[in-house]
Amino acid sequence: MDFGGINPAVLVASLMVASVPIMLAAIGELVVEKAGVLNLGVEGMMIMGAICGFITAVQTGSPFLGFVGGAVGAAGLSLVFAVLTQVLQANQVATGLALTLFGLGLSSLMGQGYVGIKPPLTSQVPFGPLADLPVLGRILFNHDPMVYLSIIIIAAVWAVLKFSRMGLVLRAVGESHDAAHALGYKVTRIRILAILFGGAMAGLGGAYLSLVRVPQWTDGITAGAGWIALAIVVFASWKPWRVLIGAYLFGGISVLQLNLQAAGARIPVEYLSMSPYVITIIVLVIMSSGKGRASMNAPAALGQNFHASR
Amino acid sequence: MTTELLRIDGVTKAYPGVVANSDVSFAISKGEIHALLGENGAGKSTLVKMIYGLVKPDSGSMALHGQPYAPARPSAARNSGVAMVFQHFSLFEALNVAENVALGMENPPPMRTLAEKISAVSTEYGLPLDPTRRVGDLSAGERQRVEIVRCLLQDPKLLIMDEPTSVLTPQEVDILFQTLRQLSAEGTAILYISHKLEEIRALCDEATILRRGKVVGTCTPRDVSARDMAEMMVGAVLTPPARSARKDWGDAHAALEVTGLSAASPIPFGTSLKDITFSVQRGEVLGIAGVAGNGQDELLLALSGELRSAPEMVKCFGSPIGDTPPNARRALGFVAAPEDRLGHAAAPDMSLVENAFLSGAVRKTLTRNGFIDWSKTKRWAEEVVAQYDVRTPGTWVAARALSGGNLQKFLIGRELSQAPEVVIINQPTWGVDAAAAAFIRQEILDRAQDGAAVVVISQDLDDLLEVSDRFAALNEGRLTPARPTEGLTVDEIGLMMGGAHGMEVAHHG
Repeated sequence: MDFGGINPAVLVASLMVASVPIMLAAIGELVVEKAGVLNLGVEGMMIMGAICGFITAVQTGSPFLGFVGGAVGAAGLSLVFAVLTQVLQANQVATGLALTLFGLGLSSLMGQGYVGIKPPLTSQVPFGPLADLPVLGRILFNHDPMVYLSIIIIAAVWAVLKFSRMGLVLRAVGESHDAAHALGYKVTRIRILAILFGGAMAGLGGAYLSLVRVPQWTDGITAGAGWIALAIVVFASWKPWRVLIGAYLFGGISVLQLNLQAAGARIPVEYLSMSPYVITIIVLVIMSSGKGRASMNAPAALGQNFHASR
Repeated sequence: MTTELLRIDGVTKAYPGVVANSDVSFAISKGEIHALLGENGAGKSTLVKMIYGLVKPDSGSMALHGQPYAPARPSAARNSGVAMVFQHFSLFEALNVAENVALGMENPPPMRTLAEKISAVSTEYGLPLDPTRRVGDLSAGERQRVEIVRCLLQDPKLLIMDEPTSVLTPQEVDILFQTLRQLSAEGTAILYISHKLEEIRALCDEATILRRGKVVGTCTPRDVSARDMAEMMVGAVLTPPARSARKDWGDAHAALEVTGLSAASPIPFGTSLKDITFSVQRGEVLGIAGVAGNGQDELLLALSGELRSAPEMVKCFGSPIGDTPPNARRALGFVAAPEDRLGHAAAPDMSLVENAFLSGAVRKTLTRNGFIDWSKTKRWAEEVVAQYDVRTPGTWVAARALSGGNLQKFLIGRELSQAPEVVIINQPTWGVDAAAAAFIRQEILDRAQDGAAVVVISQDLDDLLEVSDRFAALNEGRLTPARPTEGLTVDEIGLMMGGAHGMEVAHHG
């Protein structure tokens, strides 16, 4: 069952793996933006997660602790962002960009002794006979735990935002921090917690890159994945399940273009590599040509700093 | 009914540079409707924020039911039975009614039960509401109901209402007052903040009057005339603006003529303009009333040139200008003062001189060979500051640093001192004290006397009745035909403003 040298079952299975890092980073950023904060440092946090996760996994020999280390490391970096923007009222866009540059440099420094080392293997979830099913087994039951965890996290974020009080308060803070403050909610605290969650998710995504997807450490291992995650949040109109669709779409395109290259398709490689980004731009243009910002479902207070004295 | 509910004793609160409240004391009994009366900046808001736990007093004490009361947070105040309906800033437009209500409650029930409760309570008090509607789609009156219902669901002992009627039509005010009387009869005390004297006379049992942070008097509003209360509040004798006879300029075309103006709103959740037609002669003031959010902002944008329309829809002395940008219209003599002071009328972080330049560059020729003539700009800004009594350390301070009323005086002065031909003002006296409001109204009349055509858009009926020759109302983006102001009754005005906005179901019997 091959089309032009590409097996669809393998393709779907590998796109699920390829989309895990951007999906995790995007769902984290979605929560951050729902709270009204625009953190453009996703790329920097991802790569910090990648190196911290890698170092922890190599030192302890446990991939599980590696993922924990990645989440903690990236959350640590996001705390810098939180303090700068929420406590010191720095501009969010500038701080986010600086965070990316800082993360890229720091990770490169930390990773100097770790180039060329293989991390401990992340084993697959044992589904027993299910994994041997034709086609379905290959697609659904042949993955490592992070693939399933990322989908569970999407579902959890959706449920929390939609049904829980915590989610309602978070959305309220992102819609109007002044109103939330007037009702007595701790705007700054809620936003810092959201930023930390976003950092931890980006860190998990980064650690997945260095521990499973590649798996080794090289400088600049994220290669723009953080920026794609940011685009996916807008593409998804800030809706969790659409993040899943968006991540699969972008993951799928990157896997497909790799496969097409390997299969020797007669399209220049450059066109294939740029395709995810071209599609991002087209999608954003189509979506923003509608009835303005409200139709895009953007949180109304996105990117605005909050100061309690007003 | 004489049991004391809340006692405020010698409360003082100072901010850097100003004393918001100084040694304020008063008491409210159960079921009493108590008015807190004072001009903008008299310290009413700070006082109620302390009662609601948003601000801590520097000194003094409060007691609720005879027990010491010092709420650290609004949730503590809510737990003690104190609820507050805010003037603005407390609803979330993108969320629905039930979600908004849930956010204001300590322990909200599950959404489905809450939705049922909202329907039940809102019908009981004559304020019908659909819990699933998005707040962004509601009228101002309906939004206020959301806030009131949010408070009522918590069974409050004391309900604080901060300027509740500023966004309502007269009919909606009647409905609100019936609801408040019903609550008061059930034993809920109401602290009612306003500067509208007739309302206080109609509704309140007792009044405490604040001026510059101090209690300057208490009275029983029914026994005192509105004029006496006003003089206590302002601390001076007020004179209504003088109006001299209108001159006939004998123009062939009206200075401003709007025909069939329709335009989609550029503002999210805005109201689009639908087939608006009116004309204003030189020397005439047209007053446009309407509850907030019925197209006022959009109309100002369309007249100032920020929102373009077909050329023939807006005409100035007969020439079509509907598609021209703001500066081209300024060159023709248009000046516009929008409602939103920080961000629209003024750039908050720029100095008064820079802000003066931004709108006055064309008409006051503040540029020379394409460069800004700073000394001329500065002189003009200083003239405006002096003439309009803007209290500021100097013209170099940022617009943001001025209090709302002072900035309003500066911005109105900036527009009115450009020798305008056509003046468009939205909410001229919003947030300024009574003396300054009287001065601004007088200036508007003087401009008309000098031969300007003036359009005043306002939610404050006093503004409109004092200055306008003819009167029209905006309702959901449509404009009623203009009628002479003389002889209009408040009831007629209310009907022009759209009556009670589909709230007829309210209060039977």
